[in-house]
Amino acid sequence: MSSSATGWINWLVSPGIFTYSFMQNAWLSGTIIAIVCGVAGFFTMLRGSAFAAHALPKIGFAGAAGAVWLSVNPLWGLSVFAVGGALGIGWLGKGARRDVIIGLILAFGLGTGALFLSFNNEYAAGAIALLFGQIVGVSTGEVIDTAVLAALCLALLVVLYRPLLFASVAPDNAEARGVSLRSIDIWFLVVIGIATAVTVPIVGALLSFSLLVGPAAAASYLTHRPSHAMMLSVAIALLSLWIGVALAYDTGWPVGFFVATLVVIAYAVARITAQWRVSRLSRVAPAE
Amino acid sequence: MNRILSFVFAPGFFSNEQVVNALWLGGVIAVVAGAVGVFTVLRGQSFAGHAMSDMGAAGAAGSLLAGGTAVTGFLSFSVIAGALVDLLGVRPRDRDVATGLVLTAVLGLGSLFLFFDTRVVGAPEMILFGSIFDSEPSLTPILSGLALLMLVLMLILYRPLVFSSLSAETAGARGVPVRLIGFIYMLLLAVSVGETALIVGSLLSTALLIGPASTALRLTSRIGRAIPLAALIGLLCTWLGILLAYDSYYWPPAGRGWPVSFFITGLVLALYLASRMWPQGAPTRALAD
Repeated sequence: MSSSATGWINWLVSPGIFTYSFMQNAWLSGTIIAIVCGVAGFFTMLRGSAFAAHALPKIGFAGAAGAVWLSVNPLWGLSVFAVGGALGIGWLGKGARRDVIIGLILAFGLGTGALFLSFNNEYAAGAIALLFGQIVGVSTGEVIDTAVLAALCLALLVVLYRPLLFASVAPDNAEARGVSLRSIDIWFLVVIGIATAVTVPIVGALLSFSLLVGPAAAASYLTHRPSHAMMLSVAIALLSLWIGVALAYDTGWPVGFFVATLVVIAYAVARITAQWRVSRLSRVAPAE
Repeated sequence: MNRILSFVFAPGFFSNEQVVNALWLGGVIAVVAGAVGVFTVLRGQSFAGHAMSDMGAAGAAGSLLAGGTAVTGFLSFSVIAGALVDLLGVRPRDRDVATGLVLTAVLGLGSLFLFFDTRVVGAPEMILFGSIFDSEPSLTPILSGLALLMLVLMLILYRPLVFSSLSAETAGARGVPVRLIGFIYMLLLAVSVGETALIVGSLLSTALLIGPASTALRLTSRIGRAIPLAALIGLLCTWLGILLAYDSYYWPPAGRGWPVSFFITGLVLALYLASRMWPQGAPTRALAD
């Protein structure tokens, strides 16, 4: 191979991006995360739960800060706080304004996070890394943890699929047919909590919600069939995450920044495409 | 008696300049956030209020990176964010997702700035969790003046604001410029959130915005009473939080004090939960009716 060709390949695909074991782990975790977030995001979008999706990762971050202080695996703290926060929102959300409850639990979670951070004697680099996410530190054990939690999350979604879809699209009908809206709601929040726990270590607590909101919102502009929207949302999430991981490897900048930017671009493109299609259709077939 | 007093107020509480400054600034922002918050809760805009504080943090991080001050970044970005959220979320159905995506875009950039700021030890913690004891004394008159201006503005706009927050459709039919009022309110919210975030941290300003307000709205159904009540609850939580943080200086485990934000958010949540025991009366209405 000529040296200029190697130069090009190195520019496109940085050396070691597929061969380092930590990078292989990052690719694997990233793929799992994108699938979970793409599917769960579809329901987040359908139910208008963007605030909950934004709050749970930050609540989880507080748990991770506590785990770092106690020298426990941060994933434990993350999972316990994210799922605990989800249960708290579901439990207190009854008979109250949902957004107020989310805001209050979020604020208290973060207050607790500030407390745990102040308990850490030196600069809590491990905890701060969870704000931004990182791809270099993913161990094989963490990939297995991620896979187990993701499988749990997807299994819950498979079981919930029909009642959840029904309750999200036509809540009154669903209730009349005997679907318990309240328990569906709590289970769904738990799903978001678990999805959060797998996403935060790589994408970071500040921006992991972008994967739950962006791809599904983009997909909703391109198709109206639930199964298609879900697949499209997974595809957009996969693409954003893969490109994001590659760019983060090249630059050393946080993955969350790239993922968020790519997701917003996907949303903008989808929205413009949909508008363009509508205006073209109305030109081709004027109103009868 | 003296022993009890010195147990409650650890020695030096009232003579320490930083503490006195914190009590004043904390009180000012708590009153404004409580008053603005009543409308935020009524209009169901907690997410927008929270998103503004995050975007303000992005501004502060960028401003610090460019050699500016946190206060300009906080205020300019939260005001821009308020305008954007207002423009994009005209239909209530779209509002949640629109807020989420604006937040994604701005916070994406903000996390990059914050990431570069981590090279200055403590900068991200300062932006996210606040530093009420270390705020610049020179800022105090500016922030207080701004707060006073907002309270006066709210007093002038009081009637149309109440009317359009309770029922936008009726208000519109009676000739209230609902969109304009909504936009001005959004800017009020943005400035209030920006100020609060500067002092108690972007992650925690949401507590003072919606906690006291939602507590007050549980205790009274009259907006005219809920606003002063919310301001009072906010003031109480903030001052008590500052007192506890000062007293906690020698508490275990680290021996350098527990963060103010932990106490304030804890008190706010506790008061809200307590108010849920209160029997619910009539739906919220204006005092004038």
